[in-house]
Amino acid sequence: MTDEAARTDPATATGYGEHPPRVGFFTDTSVCIGCKACEVACKEWNGVPDDGFDLLGMSFDNTGMLGANSWRHVTFVEQPARPEPRRAEAVDLGLPSFDLPGAGTGEEGRTDFRWLMSSDVCKHCTHAGCLDVCPTGALFRTEYGSVVVQPDICNGCGYCVSGCPYGVIDRREDDGRAWKCTLCYDRLRDGLEPACAKACPTDSIQFGPLDELRERAARRVDALHEAGVSEARLYGESPDDGVGGDGAFFLLLDEPEVYGLPPDPVVPTRDAPSMWKHAGLAASALAAAAVSVFLGRGSR
Amino acid sequence: MGSNMAEAHPVGFQWVMEAKARGAEVIHIDPRFTRTSAMADLHVPLRAGTDIAFLGGVINHILQNDLDFREYVRAYTNAPYLVDERFQDTEDLDGLFSGYDPETASYDNTTWRYESQTDTGEGGSRAKEQSRPDQLGSGGPGLEGGARKIAADPELKHPRCVFQILKRHFARYTPEAVEEICGVPAETFLRVCRAWTANSGRERTAALVYSVGWTQHTLGAQYIRAGSIIQLLLGNIGRPGGGVFALRGHASIQGSTDIPTLFNLLPGYLPMPDTAHEDLPSYLHKVRGDRQKGFWRNADAYLVSLLKEYWGEAAAPENDFRFDYLPRINGDHGTYRTVLDMLDGKVFGYFLLGQNPAVGSAHGRLQRLAMSNLDWLVVRDLAMIESAEFWKDSPEIETGEIVPERCRTEVFFFPAASHVEKAGTFTQTQRMLQWRDKAVEPRGDQRSELWFIYHLGRLLREKLSGSADERDRPLLDLAWDYELEGDEPSAEDVLRRINGIDLRTGREVGGYLDLRADGTTACGCWIYSGVFADGVNQAARRKPHDEQGPYENEWGWTWPLNRRVLYNRASADLDGKPWSERKALVWWDAERGEWTGHDVPDFEKNKPPHYRPGDDDVGPAALSGDDPFIMQADGKGWLFAPNGIVDGPLPTHYEPHESPVRNQLYAQQGNPARNVYGRAENPSNPSPPERGGEVFPYVFTTARLTEHHTAGGMSRQLPYLSELQPELFMEVSPRLAAERGLTHLGWAHVITSRTAVDARVFVTDRMRPLRIEGREVHQVWMPYHWGHTGLVDGDVVNDLIGVVLDPNVFIQESKVATCDVRPGRRPRGPALLDYVAGYRKRAGVTPETGTRIDTVTRHDIAHREEDR
Repeated sequence: MTDEAARTDPATATGYGEHPPRVGFFTDTSVCIGCKACEVACKEWNGVPDDGFDLLGMSFDNTGMLGANSWRHVTFVEQPARPEPRRAEAVDLGLPSFDLPGAGTGEEGRTDFRWLMSSDVCKHCTHAGCLDVCPTGALFRTEYGSVVVQPDICNGCGYCVSGCPYGVIDRREDDGRAWKCTLCYDRLRDGLEPACAKACPTDSIQFGPLDELRERAARRVDALHEAGVSEARLYGESPDDGVGGDGAFFLLLDEPEVYGLPPDPVVPTRDAPSMWKHAGLAASALAAAAVSVFLGRGSR
Repeated sequence: MGSNMAEAHPVGFQWVMEAKARGAEVIHIDPRFTRTSAMADLHVPLRAGTDIAFLGGVINHILQNDLDFREYVRAYTNAPYLVDERFQDTEDLDGLFSGYDPETASYDNTTWRYESQTDTGEGGSRAKEQSRPDQLGSGGPGLEGGARKIAADPELKHPRCVFQILKRHFARYTPEAVEEICGVPAETFLRVCRAWTANSGRERTAALVYSVGWTQHTLGAQYIRAGSIIQLLLGNIGRPGGGVFALRGHASIQGSTDIPTLFNLLPGYLPMPDTAHEDLPSYLHKVRGDRQKGFWRNADAYLVSLLKEYWGEAAAPENDFRFDYLPRINGDHGTYRTVLDMLDGKVFGYFLLGQNPAVGSAHGRLQRLAMSNLDWLVVRDLAMIESAEFWKDSPEIETGEIVPERCRTEVFFFPAASHVEKAGTFTQTQRMLQWRDKAVEPRGDQRSELWFIYHLGRLLREKLSGSADERDRPLLDLAWDYELEGDEPSAEDVLRRINGIDLRTGREVGGYLDLRADGTTACGCWIYSGVFADGVNQAARRKPHDEQGPYENEWGWTWPLNRRVLYNRASADLDGKPWSERKALVWWDAERGEWTGHDVPDFEKNKPPHYRPGDDDVGPAALSGDDPFIMQADGKGWLFAPNGIVDGPLPTHYEPHESPVRNQLYAQQGNPARNVYGRAENPSNPSPPERGGEVFPYVFTTARLTEHHTAGGMSRQLPYLSELQPELFMEVSPRLAAERGLTHLGWAHVITSRTAVDARVFVTDRMRPLRIEGREVHQVWMPYHWGHTGLVDGDVVNDLIGVVLDPNVFIQESKVATCDVRPGRRPRGPALLDYVAGYRKRAGVTPETGTRIDTVTRHDIAHREEDR
């Protein structure tokens, strides 16, 4: 095992020997038509219960967010056109701005109304906070590199909920156990792609080996840039980000905050080792101080 | 245009996305910014109901700037033909064509014919009553003498040639007029024109997609005519990447017109005989005329084979193949007429098979009141839908108009098997039949339609057996002998019989060319003939796309004869060579003496491109080697319709039945031949020149959401779909919200002269007010999926819509009306009736409102119906 493989391939890092390549999702939001077939297919396949019949008034989004009962969630963002040129440049005093996050991106050139749609899902992080903090072993890393909860082991402690930097994993109200996307682990083992990707009519959700998806995504960004869509960018694709890269990454047409995604997610357990080191240092320093106090006394 | 393809046809929309990825420019022209607009390169909002003004503008732009594909137009369309010198255009008559009769609000179209044509004999009020154009189907209208030489000017200069008539007719559809009528800035309009014309011609083609946003208008057929004229002028018909795509309303709606559920059609678009057709020859004469070109000439073989399929041994040459057993029509028996007749006590029983008119049809209120006046009603559906429960749960129970204890209708509910619980075919929008197998057994008493109809027929025949009554003979003589699997009729055997059988050998025929008029073949639907060729269920073919050519000819089966692109002879030039290598589809192989290519040629295989028929030839033999439109009576694509359309030979902009503005182009306000049903139960909001329209100042339009299925019977029962769109809402622009004091997610109600409906408010920039005649016109949009049963409920939006129809096809104008909108909930109970009556009073609405159709010559003729 090379160091690089251990760093970027979580299955290898977990200790799987021969194992299939890491797989995941590339969600190209520039072709998402907001049909929500992914949400329905996911629920049908995985037997996820409905999430209540609530009109949210958030454009066509009545799911609201990912949760125990929604493992796919299509976000709808309505962005009005700004045909008239902005007023004379104000002098920037460096004071905090009150604009919505992301509101200053791209709108200057936007002459038409824009309706963004994006299907969100568990990111299956390379460094998964939920997995790190699970005390029962209910959460585990599969041979495909995905992160799955075993409902028969989960005791509902909820540590994973605070361990996820994206707010994905969630406890179900009735039994308290944690649920989230399994990347259709059962389907993968039968050689099938996940239900959401299968159902997506425009191939906005693409499933495959992560390496291939990253290459494809890079090409797609280049093509969009060439076509003048300069705002196209990837999110969660880099192995160098705060979670070591996502197993499910995205092509976005605006800042991540616009889609309700954290701009710079960091796995909360990233600093745990150094924290323990510091805590240890602090403890020994205290101990040394205490000893020195006693020694000092003694020396008087 | 007039299509929300991404939302209503998301699976088909993948191909648009694929084309876009390959560089195609996608333009969406639609009143609302929808999920389709979000994917388009350009969204052009226009006022609902003004599409012909827009399309007419495009036609004018093409003709004024000589942007048409001249070689194609000259050879393949009727542009050079001269029209009768008595023909008068809307230019001459302020919005009417010659032949208009204000008394009957219909046209006598004898002056629309070609100069050298002998007789047309269509049109008039009888044709309008029976929606005659709808019956012309794939054959197109008759044209006596279509096979003779038609007087023409190949230079397209003669003032009476179709090309010049077209040019004059559309001359006033300028970019400025488009801006004034549609609310589309001239610059945006011209951008569309440039994109459309630049992407058409030899090397390029453009496709036009429409859906029910075009059809559900009082001039819907003319919308499609207008789109077809553009596509013909630009050479986009019969060529790869071109065409006019009619996206149908839901699964197998195409199938339900091919093998029709319509009162005026037999399978394969053969017209239903009417009382004037005494025998088979008189019927055939009417259908195919004399001395005309094309394959419609063979209608005798199609009809006789159909009669052989219906009545088997009982149908013989000496008894006219039992032509007398076919029902006759003698007027309008369409669905809306039937509902009005129900109200009047003329209809006793009603079958609803997978239809929910209490929610899904225009004027739901009228539908429910009518059904409450039946003796019996049979509902076959997946769940207890509103049309099965109206007698105990409906808005009319609230208002006291229907009292369960006193409602006389006896309702029989039969649970239906869903599409995964039965085998059969779907015919989709491209005319493709795709077979599906049964995946699971139906539960409990759920049964297929096939089972229901088969056993209903069996029981009726058993009950009548031994009857000596002549009128029972058609039922008793039916060849009701389909193969059974247990007690379920074999859907595959039915498909085989639809394909057709050679009765001499008992083997399946290979296609409609094998059908005979002498009684030796039987065929359930001639256009489907070939779907079971060689005894193989061709619709079940599923060869993956990477194992076959670009046209995927071995996936399913497309009528006619598995041709993927209709009239594809037009993809080659006069010499039979593709117009360009890039756009090659079929071509003439001179060495082998046959047409060949990527698709099945839609042309006689061995007829050379330069073939010229003899003077006495008729039918297919009369088709020249450069007559690509082989079903048309003259072999040409019709820019001008000398016959077959009851409301004018050319599309003309008329305002919708209910409109906030006066027609800016002509004195004639609305479609002069539209079908109105003026009566107290079916009031209209006033439109100019009538007064009172200001009481309903906004344009109202309805449509669907991806998350629900039409009237909701298949989606409001399902939690996974219901949660995605859990509640009825209306969309308004921020400016309209400010004008009427509406708040996002607050309640508001929409009012028309029919009723008031309440819903939650969505204030969104996706709705944009338009500038019409210098003032701001607001549009209000609502989805129509909700009703009173299911997991999520809401008011029935179609209750707001009145019954007024396109005269060609009897489709209701449910895509546009006028309305008022007010904050808060609507009144409940009987107070609702008083509230709506108050609106009618203020607007001066009477049963005659909207029925003074002619606004040019006779303003005083009201086309109202007798009261009950």
